[in-house]
Amino acid sequence: MKKLIEVEHLRKYFRIKLGTLKYGSIQAVEDVSFFIYVGETLGIVGESGCGKTTMGRTLLRLYNPTSGRIVYDGTPIYDSEKKISVPMLPYRKKMQIIFQDPSASLDPRMTVGEIVGEALSVHRPDLKGKEYRERINEMLDTVGLNSEHANRFPHEFSGGQQQRVGIARALAVEPEFIVCDEPISALDVSIQSQVVNMLEDLQQEKHLTYLFIAHDISVVRHISNRIGVMYLGQMVELAESYELCSQPMHPYTKSLLSAVPLPDPQKTRAKKRLILEGDVPSPLNPPTGCRFHTRCPYATEECSQRAPVWKEYAPGHFAACHALEGQ
Amino acid sequence: MKNNEKLLEVRDLRVSFFTHAGEVKAVDGISYDLGEHEVMGIVGESGSGKSVEAYSIIGLLQNPGRVIGGSVKFMGEDVLAYSEEQKREFRGNKVSMIFQNPMTCLNPVYTIGNQLMEALLCHNKDVTRKAAYDRAVEMLELVGINNARKRMRQYPHEFSGGMRQRAMIAMALICSPKLLIADEPTTALDVTIQAQILELMKDIQRKTGMSIIFITHNLGVVAEICDRVSVMYAGHIVEQGNVNDIFYRPKHPYTEGLLRSMPRVDTKERERLIPIEGTPVDLLNPPKGCPFAPRCEKCLRVCLEHKPPFLQVGEDAHGSACWLHVKEMKEAGE
Repeated sequence: MKKLIEVEHLRKYFRIKLGTLKYGSIQAVEDVSFFIYVGETLGIVGESGCGKTTMGRTLLRLYNPTSGRIVYDGTPIYDSEKKISVPMLPYRKKMQIIFQDPSASLDPRMTVGEIVGEALSVHRPDLKGKEYRERINEMLDTVGLNSEHANRFPHEFSGGQQQRVGIARALAVEPEFIVCDEPISALDVSIQSQVVNMLEDLQQEKHLTYLFIAHDISVVRHISNRIGVMYLGQMVELAESYELCSQPMHPYTKSLLSAVPLPDPQKTRAKKRLILEGDVPSPLNPPTGCRFHTRCPYATEECSQRAPVWKEYAPGHFAACHALEGQ
Repeated sequence: MKNNEKLLEVRDLRVSFFTHAGEVKAVDGISYDLGEHEVMGIVGESGSGKSVEAYSIIGLLQNPGRVIGGSVKFMGEDVLAYSEEQKREFRGNKVSMIFQNPMTCLNPVYTIGNQLMEALLCHNKDVTRKAAYDRAVEMLELVGINNARKRMRQYPHEFSGGMRQRAMIAMALICSPKLLIADEPTTALDVTIQAQILELMKDIQRKTGMSIIFITHNLGVVAEICDRVSVMYAGHIVEQGNVNDIFYRPKHPYTEGLLRSMPRVDTKERERLIPIEGTPVDLLNPPKGCPFAPRCEKCLRVCLEHKPPFLQVGEDAHGSACWLHVKEMKEAGE
């Protein structure tokens, strides 16, 4: 299978002010490597602050990476070693993003038609007048809205409909790759499945590739072909989604899966839980060695000193853990 | 019901918000009983009235919201008829509440210890400061906060999200209330922290034997912690029953739809989700008949015209409000 995106050793640090003349850096994404096949959905899960959103945005170069290498469809678009950093404008047409909070990501002073059409006027200047309007209506139609909606403002829509507008906006330029950054977590339970189904249908129809970011592992498992698990800026495990959920290797993935309550009283009460102690440490001052060792029930002396290596332990099943290295 | 002692009896409670755009019937005639030592889950989407209902029980409803009908009885006493003074006595002492976002509920300029002790000192005039301090430390230890004496001196911003929710629980329980209302206590937390807090709440409930009303939109959490469940939709309780009946033998099309539409981690195949079509109800212009009718795939003609009756559909007070049950019963009778 062809790889659409390859990411190697991607890092993104944010410099922050700690006091007068005192600076620190938040290691939001630390040495992440993975690839995405053409036409697949790669899911990314992790808790808040683990760097999944930052990673998605850095991938699109909405943030400039601190270091690493990003290859899109065979062409490097960023390489810190070879000092490559291509202009992104032509790539914006191919790579799009759907944001988490639909009400915050739509301009309240623009009509839905203007929002959807804005990207078109940049990337498709050849579309004029009637053609342009038809294209907008076609986009609204694809996401289950109709042409009447084009003249309304975002506040006139419900959350689910606003998210549909966000999706229409991303689709307007006919991208190949879309980063879905928690597209359904702001929506009601009964609306979530509508949007998930729509994203799946659009993928089939338009041969899209998704990077699907969410904190809810059950949704990610449903939509993704493969899943990557992130913890405190690092990828700890990546595998085919069924395999990841049935045979997790990394202790963090195990605890994440066991913490999810199932909508099934007998099963969920009978489930053996691996409840983690404590909280996620600060990315400003991450733990030495393996970043998970402060909460890991199996941590040894070695874990606090040396960072584990990101390795392929089974075909297509990557993880980074000392306990696996020993086996 | 584990115990037949009724702690809370809600009958035909109606709450409306009088806004410029018109009357919004946030809670439109709900009834339920809560037994002692019982954990009742209230599930519903945003705007279904689940929080408003809880606020009106504890007397925290704010303008323009008003209780316009029904009764709420707590251990036989009518809560809605209480004077302000009686209400203050009732809140915190007999019933207390924890909220979704602990940061907005804790005062940022007072130490955790100060706030914990305040809750106790306000309600019990004969408790000394020393005794209140000891009790606060004991409560912090109960909710699993280490170094409790040091933590007493810290401010809310020095606590992490999970720790703050623990502190909130400690504060709510410091007067040993008979009933705890938990309004989405784990929604703002990460799954691993959510698991910790749920474990803690189950543990404390076992130890103290209090009743809990657990408001949430997460069916997984309900399955985990609740004994009984009320499913709310647009201000109505559409289905009510014990947790096994609701999850394994749902009767109302909305409950069925919700359960079907959820992606799960424990299935083998990658199945397509079956969503509930349509959009949530606009409470300013609610449908004339059953509020769920416009989205219901089994909608009958009568559903659009008349509100369905709440009927007994199974053992153990399993009830559901749907015209289909009336139809089924008629057919069975013939």
